[in-house]
Amino acid sequence: MTEQVEASSRSADLPDLRVTRSRRNTLPSGIGALVLIVVLFAFPYYVGPGTTGIMVQGLIVLTLASMWNLLAGYAGLVSVGQQAFFGLGAYFVLIPATHGITPWFGLVIAAIGAAVCAVPLWWLVARLRLGYFAIATWVLASVVMLVIEQISSIGGGTGEPLPGLSGMQPAVLTAYTYWAALTVAVLAIGGVYLLLRSKIGLTLTAIRDDERAARSSGVRVGLARMGVFIAAAAGCGAAGGVLAIEQLQVVPGTAGGVFSVQWTAEMAFAVIIGGLGTIEGPILGTIVFMVLQQKLQSYNAWYLIVLGVVAIAIALFARRGLWGLVVDRFNIRLFPVGYHLWAPGEKRKRQAAHAAP
Amino acid sequence: MSKISIRTGDSAPLLEVRDLVVHHGQLRALSGISLTVFPGEVYALIGANGAGKSTLLRTIAGLHHPTSGSISYDGRDVTGLRPDKRATAGIVMVPEGRRLFPSLTLEDNLKVGMSFARKGPWTIDRVYELFPWMKERRGQKTAQMSGGEQQSVAIGRALVANPRMLLLDELSLGLAPVIVQRIYAMLPQVLESGITVLLVEQDVSQALRVATHLQCLLEGHVTLEGTPAEVTREQVEAAYFGASSAAFGGTTPLDPPNGSSHGLG
Amino acid sequence: MAWVNAIIQGILIGGLYALFACGLSLMFGVMKVVNLAHGDLAVLAGYIGVGVIAVTHVPVLWSIPVVVVLMAGIGYILQRSLIQGAISRGELTTLIVTFGLSIIIENALQQFFTANSRGLGVGDSFITASFSIGSQITIAWLYVVIFVLAVVVLLGLSLYLSRSRYGRLIRAVADDQEAAQLSGANYRHVFGIAAAIAFGTVAVAGMFEGMITTISPTLGTDTILLFAFASVVIGGLGSLWGTLLGGVILGVSQAVGAQISPSWEQLAGYAVFLLVLVIRPQGLVGQGATS
Repeated sequence: MTEQVEASSRSADLPDLRVTRSRRNTLPSGIGALVLIVVLFAFPYYVGPGTTGIMVQGLIVLTLASMWNLLAGYAGLVSVGQQAFFGLGAYFVLIPATHGITPWFGLVIAAIGAAVCAVPLWWLVARLRLGYFAIATWVLASVVMLVIEQISSIGGGTGEPLPGLSGMQPAVLTAYTYWAALTVAVLAIGGVYLLLRSKIGLTLTAIRDDERAARSSGVRVGLARMGVFIAAAAGCGAAGGVLAIEQLQVVPGTAGGVFSVQWTAEMAFAVIIGGLGTIEGPILGTIVFMVLQQKLQSYNAWYLIVLGVVAIAIALFARRGLWGLVVDRFNIRLFPVGYHLWAPGEKRKRQAAHAAP
Repeated sequence: MSKISIRTGDSAPLLEVRDLVVHHGQLRALSGISLTVFPGEVYALIGANGAGKSTLLRTIAGLHHPTSGSISYDGRDVTGLRPDKRATAGIVMVPEGRRLFPSLTLEDNLKVGMSFARKGPWTIDRVYELFPWMKERRGQKTAQMSGGEQQSVAIGRALVANPRMLLLDELSLGLAPVIVQRIYAMLPQVLESGITVLLVEQDVSQALRVATHLQCLLEGHVTLEGTPAEVTREQVEAAYFGASSAAFGGTTPLDPPNGSSHGLG
Repeated sequence: MAWVNAIIQGILIGGLYALFACGLSLMFGVMKVVNLAHGDLAVLAGYIGVGVIAVTHVPVLWSIPVVVVLMAGIGYILQRSLIQGAISRGELTTLIVTFGLSIIIENALQQFFTANSRGLGVGDSFITASFSIGSQITIAWLYVVIFVLAVVVLLGLSLYLSRSRYGRLIRAVADDQEAAQLSGANYRHVFGIAAAIAFGTVAVAGMFEGMITTISPTLGTDTILLFAFASVVIGGLGSLWGTLLGGVILGVSQAVGAQISPSWEQLAGYAVFLLVLVIRPQGLVGQGATS
């Protein structure tokens, strides 16, 4: 066998190597995803508003988790201040609503507004080392909150109800909220997927693997990171807008308010538990998170304690998270962002009968 | 291979390295190195850049884990011993590039070396006797000092730990030959105090001047072994650069056992 | 003269801020760990103090050494187990682990002590006791005492680092871990000592905070961590006295801000922090937090 390989390479004919984006299991998973989305959209029709409400919460966390994963898993930015954009998004829905713009459109404003706010904030923290970047984002979130609490016209420190949705029946409102949340989540995940498949995604992977090498190869590290920071801000902003609609009010304060670091804790832990650096990870992590939250609902702060313990355990002992364990075991990827190198003679299983053994 | 050496005595080897294989990631840096150092010797490792000399020294100091092979010190197997434990056992290395503590003063650097020192003749004062210039500058930060001065401080830091086996990694690196000679001039006093020396040296003539035994490495293999008295200049060149040994004969390990030994060239 | 009073108060509280900050700075300088749980440790210490006093009924000042020793021990153990484990897996993991610790501590405290604030009673007379300079400047004794104690602790830490054997080793390991090993230092043990010191100093600061005002479970991340970080950035990394300067500047900024408008207190401090970050990221004295 070995001699054959040596012989063929010596004959200056390199074996035909194929490189493709997908592997055999992604077509079924693509179809599966579409089916799933359709099923999810149909939820409000056969599920009660209570469950739908829970789903909305889950979708908010899912969106946030995808954004945090993009930041930490692909751009190497650990932000403990994403609640700033989350809160800003909520206010970007609130303020137009008080001027007569429907909150549904407000979601778009929330995404764009948060993204715009991200630019000066990035400029402030861009040069900081990883750990200090983290605390600095926390400081910035605090500053944003303090500034907004000064503005009494939007509720100051106590918060403000969200106008513009009072005409709807509760069940209908819940359904619409759910669809908005689902749309935001699908767009967020879809956006991340497309981003990572694009040239920017390649840039990010290069930075993640070896920043210095990437930099010396001309990769615009700073620019790529800024782009990710802004994109993540947009996603978090949209999610914040959804929360505003769901709660029909916006409360800034730290205890459970939109600027609470608890949101970052939830999104970070969901990502770590699910699997950092994969698109599937945050999805899995959010599911685990929601299950935990529902189970430990009545125990108040316990679910965060349990979440924290599990996250630490996974970070230390199963670094690639639950999804990482799945990948290692079954070798599947639902969202192919890598490349597959086909060895000569390797064919898809389907045609195995015709291939050489 | 036969070696005419002062080794046929009754003392036990201080350091025994057997078939050491060391990898840097996937790259094989050392392929089955063996060497033995007896007390009182000055054992030099020579070879070109990348030959594996520093890797060997660092592995002996405990900073690298060998893939296979063993290291024995004073009869004990130390292959798996942590570097700090080796230091307290008496294997102290002066690392390549000095590696002084930049935020510490000269004296503080020495004091750190003394932190886990074994009992022995070397004290800070004795180091100041060896390098008289140090005493009045002991409160200075070492970052401002010249390369030669830093090298002396690094050696001093190792000495105050009272090692039995002193590892010197590329003392001459970046230093003018005059300075290098001056630094090596302290070697006799070190040996007098009962310390055995294993050194890595790029400067072959310097190594030949001070060594009692030597080994030449090339791409992770031993290409020459012996005493400065035994080896010829041609042999060293061949071993260093890797020309085929057949043209030169001599007692290289690559020769068949009954090859003629030319002795002195 | 309210301004002068405010500024003096700001200077005095700056000592406490510096005490909060030195542990954060130490852990970063030695282990390159940014401990996101740092603020919560101060609060934890305060609550441990509450517990100790409740059980032993000793006066507050006597309980401080007990709390410090306990916290230092916790610090050593946490460092050698969790944090060291995280360090060996990378900076991201370290941040996750310390962030996780922060959330766990906060929520655990909330579970057991409720979200209400607690104070560490110093005795009413002591709290309100003050002295006057001239006819218009009034300074509370408590603030002066705490400032002096904070400076004493910082001085002690500085001397320890520069003169003692392990202080030198801590600095050596911070400079060059490998070279320190070659001199016989078990760097993991040295890290543990540094963590113990960091936890101990922040414990003192937490107790002081409880004495000056009150503590609550979320105080650690609401303010303490951020104030500590701001002090370090303003003063610059790598210098204890820089941290003191940073703390004082932060305190004064906050006091000045409070004079302008009560709700501006924290914002004023952060504004100065952001200013320093933009204009002079290496801080006023030390080496800075930028890459």
